[in-house]
Amino acid sequence: MTAIAAAVPPAAMPGVVKTTYRDALRAAHRDALRRDDRVFLMGEDVGRYGGCYAVSLGLLEEFGPERVRDTPLSELAFVGAGIGAAAAGMRPIVEVMTVNFSLLALDQIVNSAATLLHMSGGQCAVPLVIRMATGAGRQVAAQHSHSLEVWYAHVPGIRVVAPATIEDARGMLWTALQDPDPVVMFEHVMLYNLEGEIAETAGATDLDHAAVRREGSDISIVTYGGCLPKSMRAAETLAADGISAEVIDLRTLRPLDDETILKSVAKTHRAVIVDEGWRSCGLSAEIAARIAESALYELDAPVVRVCTVEVPIPYPRHLEEAALPQAASIADAARRLVNHHG
Amino acid sequence: MPSLGADMEAGTLVEWRVKPGDAIHRGDIICEVVTEKGDIEVESWLTGTVEQLLVQVGQKVPVKTLMALIRTEGEGAAAVPPAPAPSAPAPSAPAPSAPAPPAPTPPAPTPSAPLPAPQPSSERTRISPAARKRIEAAGLDASTIVGSGIGGAITIADVEKAMSASQPAARAESEATSVTAIRRAIARAMARSKREIPHYYLSQTIDMSRALSWLERENSARELPRRLLYSVLLLKAVALAVREVPEMNGFWQDDHWIGSDAVHAGVATSLRSGGLIAPAIHDVGGKSLDEVMHALQDLVNRARSSGLRSSELSDPTITVTSLGERGCDSVMPIIYPPQVAIVGFGRVVEQAWAENGMVGARRVIHATLGGDHRASDGHRGALFLRAVDSLMQSPEQL
Repeated sequence: MTAIAAAVPPAAMPGVVKTTYRDALRAAHRDALRRDDRVFLMGEDVGRYGGCYAVSLGLLEEFGPERVRDTPLSELAFVGAGIGAAAAGMRPIVEVMTVNFSLLALDQIVNSAATLLHMSGGQCAVPLVIRMATGAGRQVAAQHSHSLEVWYAHVPGIRVVAPATIEDARGMLWTALQDPDPVVMFEHVMLYNLEGEIAETAGATDLDHAAVRREGSDISIVTYGGCLPKSMRAAETLAADGISAEVIDLRTLRPLDDETILKSVAKTHRAVIVDEGWRSCGLSAEIAARIAESALYELDAPVVRVCTVEVPIPYPRHLEEAALPQAASIADAARRLVNHHG
Repeated sequence: MPSLGADMEAGTLVEWRVKPGDAIHRGDIICEVVTEKGDIEVESWLTGTVEQLLVQVGQKVPVKTLMALIRTEGEGAAAVPPAPAPSAPAPSAPAPSAPAPPAPTPPAPTPSAPLPAPQPSSERTRISPAARKRIEAAGLDASTIVGSGIGGAITIADVEKAMSASQPAARAESEATSVTAIRRAIARAMARSKREIPHYYLSQTIDMSRALSWLERENSARELPRRLLYSVLLLKAVALAVREVPEMNGFWQDDHWIGSDAVHAGVATSLRSGGLIAPAIHDVGGKSLDEVMHALQDLVNRARSSGLRSSELSDPTITVTSLGERGCDSVMPIIYPPQVAIVGFGRVVEQAWAENGMVGARRVIHATLGGDHRASDGHRGALFLRAVDSLMQSPEQL
């Protein structure tokens, strides 16, 4: 897998525009559809309805039914069709409503997309991008709310990314389309309405590095996706208490950018891993293991994880909130670790 | 906590080799402690039953601290601690400011009234990996640091606090096998020696040609591993010369000389990591040359791998320092307190030698005696060195 440099050169006087995560994603689709006629989007309700989360709203009108395609209700079929199209030279973007539903296509993704290059002796690459929503917080209950990123991050042969900022929502899609291997992109449902400013000229971003979203010296908060804004708020609270937290946005969940994580731990000597996935066998477990393997002698305290309670995500709002990592619980965990009141 | 040398102030318990209820015999190894000289196995001076262990693993305690209670045969409720001093003349380590009483009788608390300090918990001290790394780098003693982390773990902040607190004061406290710790131990012992002991020096050039020729003949008939070093002859000669001039053997303590029947020769051994240590070969006078050779090899190996026993460090009654082939012609050695003599040998050199009106080339060695003028006079020292010389002229009788 190769890194693709940002393709849009900065303008001489870059203007800044207000936008949302959703609009930035749509801009990324529009950009890709314009720049490469091999690119097309398909999935349930992406066309006339404008997408379950309205990411593709207006794209059918702009690009026509050949390139923005509604599919039957069969994840297995349309993900499989995407793999075939990619193998045949297209650059499909396949949208799956949620990661929960993507399990119906697990066979296509894990057994076909991830393995074809290997099984064909290098003859058959699968330059496919599969986008899916993930996470809880919208009261859509256990069958629509889980965070199963780690199921895909476990599998060699696919790249897994999780844009958590407006810049990455705008920038990751194009880079993912340039990857000769399948890329699974996770969009946390609570991020779609995220508002912010972005450079008018913003374009592709890399898929190789974790990003230090906030510098700090006392503790490293390692997170991704929907937990990034919560972690940033926690860091803000901690700063008021005199604790300087560094926040790392993993961005790419496979392959993990060990270097950035380890460098941060070597600086702060403490780590809290925040993952909306469950703790057992989760991404947080993988990251904790890597820290233990490579930075044990930098640690001044045990690694702590803040994860979702190990239950199916509850429907009632108060229970859903209680089950998920929150800014307060992240800050509490960090405070305990730094102030030794464990 | 036994004194394992005049310079030892404290030791850290690394491991108990016995548990309450174990039957032990005099000479059994009961625990392992770490001192400036490395890891030392401590032997029991008593035969009996272990009643109670009072010091925890990891704890650093001053010399003479009660470590365990041992019930001897036929003894009732009162328990006797393993005395730091052996039956007769082992060197104890009086602190410079507070000399030990002549016959130190350590307090013998009954089991019903144990010391307040030790905790019953045998739990390992919690130290964060990063803090442990810093403790090792700084040569600190973890048992002196109070942990403030989760579960009482020692953290980086605790180590940094301890380092800044211990800058001038606790420097002497710092532990273990680090080179700086050994240097400090040497510094303490040698400074005390030069401060307290009025040394006199004598020297004698000893013709080694007979001894070396005999040795070469002897070795040519032996397998490589059984060959003897000439320093074995020197050690044995020193031990036998002591029989003629016993004032050289023993200790100066509390304003009088305490002799020793056996000659436990301390062998000055340089350590690869730097520094010097002089553990004893026990009863050199009573051993054959082969036995001395075997003991010497064993001792040097163990000294260099931190495997010495307590008695080997506390027992030397006289020290021998032999510079060996890479040394220089002669050495003016410094007595290791509370011993009263040290014999130094330079390297073997060939030189012109006049005998019976004839000049020839002979292999010779320069022997020197550093004597404690409180315990002996130069006349006796001269007799001693001459005795070494004459013993070396009949190597087959050593």
